Amino acid sequence: MRVLAAMSGGVDSAVAAARAADAGYDVTGVHLALSRNPQTYRSGARGCCTLEDARDARRAADVIGIPFYVWDLAERFHEDVVDDFVAEYAAGRTPNPCLRCNEKIKFAAVLDRALALGFDAVVTGHHARRDAHGRLRRSADPGKDQSYVLAVLTADQLAHSIFPLGDSTKAQVRAEAAARGLAVADKPDSHDICFIADGDTRGWLRSRLGEQPGDIVDGATGEVLGRHAGAYGYTVGQRKGLGLDRPAPDGKPRYVLSITPVSNTVTVGPAAALEVTTVYGDRPLWTGPSPVSVDVQLRAHGSVVPAQVTVSDGRLVAELARPVRGVAAGQAIVGYQPDPDGDIVLGSATISHATSLAGVA
Amino acid sequence: MTYLDHAATTPILPEALEAYLAASGAVGNASSLHAAGRHARRRVEEAREQVAAALRARPSEVIFTAGGTESDNLAVKGVFWARRAADPARIRVVAGSVEHHAVLDAVGWLESHEGATVSWLPVDEVGRIAPDALAEVLDDDVALVTAMWANNEVGTVQPVAELAALAAARGVPYHADAVQAVGQLPVDFAGSGVAALTVSGHKLGGPVGVGALLLGRDIPCTPLLHGGGQERDVRSGTLDVPGIVAFATAVEISVKAQEAFACRVGALRDELIDRVRAAAPDAVLNGDPRDRLPGNAHFSFPGCEGDALLLLLDAAGIACSTGSACSAGVAQPSHVLLAMGADEDRARSSLRFTLGHTSTQADIDALVAALPGAIERARRAGLTKSTRR
Ligand SMILES: Cc1ncc(COP(=O)(O)O)c(C=O)c1O
Repeated sequence: MRVLAAMSGGVDSAVAAARAADAGYDVTGVHLALSRNPQTYRSGARGCCTLEDARDARRAADVIGIPFYVWDLAERFHEDVVDDFVAEYAAGRTPNPCLRCNEKIKFAAVLDRALALGFDAVVTGHHARRDAHGRLRRSADPGKDQSYVLAVLTADQLAHSIFPLGDSTKAQVRAEAAARGLAVADKPDSHDICFIADGDTRGWLRSRLGEQPGDIVDGATGEVLGRHAGAYGYTVGQRKGLGLDRPAPDGKPRYVLSITPVSNTVTVGPAAALEVTTVYGDRPLWTGPSPVSVDVQLRAHGSVVPAQVTVSDGRLVAELARPVRGVAAGQAIVGYQPDPDGDIVLGSATISHATSLAGVA
Repeated sequence: MTYLDHAATTPILPEALEAYLAASGAVGNASSLHAAGRHARRRVEEAREQVAAALRARPSEVIFTAGGTESDNLAVKGVFWARRAADPARIRVVAGSVEHHAVLDAVGWLESHEGATVSWLPVDEVGRIAPDALAEVLDDDVALVTAMWANNEVGTVQPVAELAALAAARGVPYHADAVQAVGQLPVDFAGSGVAALTVSGHKLGGPVGVGALLLGRDIPCTPLLHGGGQERDVRSGTLDVPGIVAFATAVEISVKAQEAFACRVGALRDELIDRVRAAAPDAVLNGDPRDRLPGNAHFSFPGCEGDALLLLLDAAGIACSTGSACSAGVAQPSHVLLAMGADEDRARSSLRFTLGHTSTQADIDALVAALPGAIERARRAGLTKSTRR
């Protein structure tokens, strides 16, 4: 079987490629060039898009002994991930670009090209498992699990994906990389968003969207409490950086409750007003039964909450067993069926909005 | 392996390798005054005479460098600086639009950092410069003209003698990058009328990292590298005796063999073109169909990406090239094809096969066996560009 290993230049994808080669696959390594200008993306050891990362990937491929190429997906990445990221923020939502990259780039543009070129599957270094039935499961390393950002994959995409790291912890992967003589063994993990070089998302968005001053209003009274330079700089559940000089009457901290692009307002209020009990999702991709009792996860690396999920008419509704704070539109809701061999992903949807029993927010 | 990438680099000739190894055993800095130094110097001067004789230059016109890129930079920047220093009004560079990056980017640098103005000479659809286009832009403000002898991507041979004569009539030095030409075409420095000519070792059977700039005696040139002034005070650095000796050996042999090479390799190349066309009837041959390097075949395969074809052929043991410049391994659409009027799709769908002194018919057999399957797959991959959006 001929497989294409996506190699970011990090330790995970290097070990994944090496394991695929050991398993007897005919492996070809590919580094995806995602930046229009490789110098501008995050530099140093943290990213996946710099010239240094391309070199690290190439050296790993040399050590493993597989052919290696760089594929230029900068245009696709820009259109499908970066532009989408900006548009989502402009629309008052909080997107997850890694998830979008998996959905549109790694397991779409790259996978399609690989299949057409005669490869049978794509290998990645994601920490997740695909079981014998083709179902996606959480990684053996709960702290590193990436099933959340893979939950947007269709059964067909999953059927052509290989995740060799699913049964290992990150520590095991690093140790194995060192034993294999891979120089990336102790390269730091990538964090944050690869295309925002300095990690300043708000500043980056400001340079794309410009200043758009508007009001910060009190969710209960409608009173204008302050001004903001652009509603896109805020995320539901955010507490820091509101810049309000008047404290709440009860002295308790205030949080972003919602963002309304039409009126360009950011609505704030007490923590209790953040609580939601019903979450609505668009574009569901659901393989489980409906309705069904499952655990749902509402943000990357978030904890799960039991819920009753119903999927019908292109819409997902989750009634949460207990209130949850800070659910942001644009994030994914992912359903898991608890299982000792790794919780099984039943499906996902994009959160459109959420409500509390009291009907606020 | 089927090696069809001789324009990138060609295997070293056994005689050149032998000369290299023999020379590298001896100690001696060619600038030293003692016997060992004199011996090294003698080897260098013999090599200089060998190169001069092979290319019909005078020994004093041969400046050894670290290869084609250095020679191009030295000619373009050095002649520009010297000519501008002599007359500040001379700030224009006239350059071919299909040059190798070693010229292209050196000219671009003069424009962005030295206040040069640039006239890029357009090419026609086969990549050829019309002499009229040069005549039109030649004026008193021109510091130098640089246009290559033969193109490294599509193989088109330029009308160098005509171009050089036009420049000479206006007293403007003409530089020709002849990296791909030496050993493939007759190259006569004195007869061609060019003022400066770039040669590189590893394209003609010599080692990598050594080459020469042939520079007419009366052509002013400001050095790039300052130091001991070893090469006519135009180029500094301790001379690489084994590299220079091996380079000169390869120049001599490849120039002597040029006619036979052009005949044998040219016939193989014609067969390659015919059989590729038979296997892929819609393949488009790029470059001048007649006046081209004997080892060069360059095609566009509609609906395919050159990158994808390269990967598939590589997997089948066939080495070729998309012929375009790489940054971090990412192929950009070739400036050569774009200058020839190709659109981005045609530029991206291109692939270069180049033959050399070790090529045989078996290479063509292997290519033609693998090509149809590769094209079919690459075409399918080309279609995926627009799906799943
Ligand atoms: C036309 C041309 N000029 C210059 C060069 C650069 O020569 P070198 O590799 O010796 O620096 C090359 C080689 O790629 C070439 O083909």
